[in-house]
Amino acid sequence: MRIADTGLITKAVKELCLKANIELRGDILSALEKARRKERSSKSRRILDIIIKNAAIAKKKRLPICQDTGMIMVYLKIGQDVRIKGDVKKAAEKGIGQAYKEGYLRKSIVRDPLVRKNTGTNLPAVIYIDLVPGNKIDVRVAVKGFGCENVSKTRMFKPVDSAREIEDFVVASVKDAGSRPCPPVYVGVGIGGTLDKAVSLSKQAVFRKLGKNSSIPHIARMERSVLKRINGLKIGAMGMGGDATALGVSVLTYPTHIAGLPVAVNISCHATRDARKVI
Amino acid sequence: MRKIYLPLKKEVIRKLRQGEEVLLDGPVLTSRDAAHKRLVETIKSGKRPPVSIKGETIYYTGPTPTRPGETIGSCGPTTSSRMDSFVPILLRHGLVGMIGKGERSLEVKKAIKKAGAVYFVTIGGAGAYLSEKVIENKIIAYEDLGTEAIRRLVIKDFPAIVSIV
Repeated sequence: MRIADTGLITKAVKELCLKANIELRGDILSALEKARRKERSSKSRRILDIIIKNAAIAKKKRLPICQDTGMIMVYLKIGQDVRIKGDVKKAAEKGIGQAYKEGYLRKSIVRDPLVRKNTGTNLPAVIYIDLVPGNKIDVRVAVKGFGCENVSKTRMFKPVDSAREIEDFVVASVKDAGSRPCPPVYVGVGIGGTLDKAVSLSKQAVFRKLGKNSSIPHIARMERSVLKRINGLKIGAMGMGGDATALGVSVLTYPTHIAGLPVAVNISCHATRDARKVI
Repeated sequence: MRKIYLPLKKEVIRKLRQGEEVLLDGPVLTSRDAAHKRLVETIKSGKRPPVSIKGETIYYTGPTPTRPGETIGSCGPTTSSRMDSFVPILLRHGLVGMIGKGERSLEVKKAIKKAGAVYFVTIGGAGAYLSEKVIENKIIAYEDLGTEAIRRLVIKDFPAIVSIV
């Protein structure tokens, strides 16, 4: 049995909050550079140039990539052979508090969703804890701005509905979102499970590195087909028209009920941010 | 790329073309959801708002805190459509320009055209880049709203695209 102190979690969460907010994911940056090379619209090319330059400025000046430094989501996978002394959730939130204060990150959280007074700390966060075999602690921090969170969608399909109808829904969701979610976007899709499971899958789908497809053949085909159709919409960078509307589509699935087919579409901006560490 | 000087003059707005890429120079006010709500409630109740919006351009942004020695933190645009319901009344009170990101409602489009005002979009998610285009930053109202306070910014060579005119 490994004995771990909660201080380890605080330190990791703090480090990951800063990294996710300041350093654009390598795969996202490469995809943006590739999109820039292939883009035929000169206006979109100039926008992509600024987005790419922004990532370099953020990293150099230790400034957040985007001023919307999000509501933090923490995914903790704790090995069953680790005993953690202390309050794990409090430790994670302490790390977030430190990162947002010391890193000059924006505090965007309101205590009561209707009264709407800012907590001033960017807390609380949304924290998921999972128990897994082993003696490691897998920590992932995801940051999502609400420009794109606000345009994400769910729909409960009928079991008899076809894969094509799901594809249509995903494409229509991106079309309806227009330029609001800051395209080129990364589209995460969750299919199956329960309503909440589908949403959770759609969130985790964008953790997959861009350029990779699902290992399930028909799902990989769906990803490629949806990506092609989305880029056919010609929304382009920031909605200015162009070839780059989405950088990728990632679909995760889960078994579901005989009576249902939940689908969630998580539209994630060109500054899709997360960072992970195993301790 | 054409430079456009703020405060915006009506004759300058008239010559802007939809889709035109410009660089903005001059003073703007920042305001987003909470400040808009408070500002419009004040105007509707017949009281005088803490800031006059006559002839002003509002930039929809909520910047990150400023590091010591810097002018401002990351300060990209937020989604403009959330402010749509406030636009007609602000235009009636003299607002001439808006900077944000994303589409506007049909009603707002019509109101902007009718008032001879302009809506620019700038690059969302480029907050670090845009922070280098801000040369002055001062909170002038609603400081209790934190990042949502109304600020006076002076911008220079700030990239924008004419979206509605």
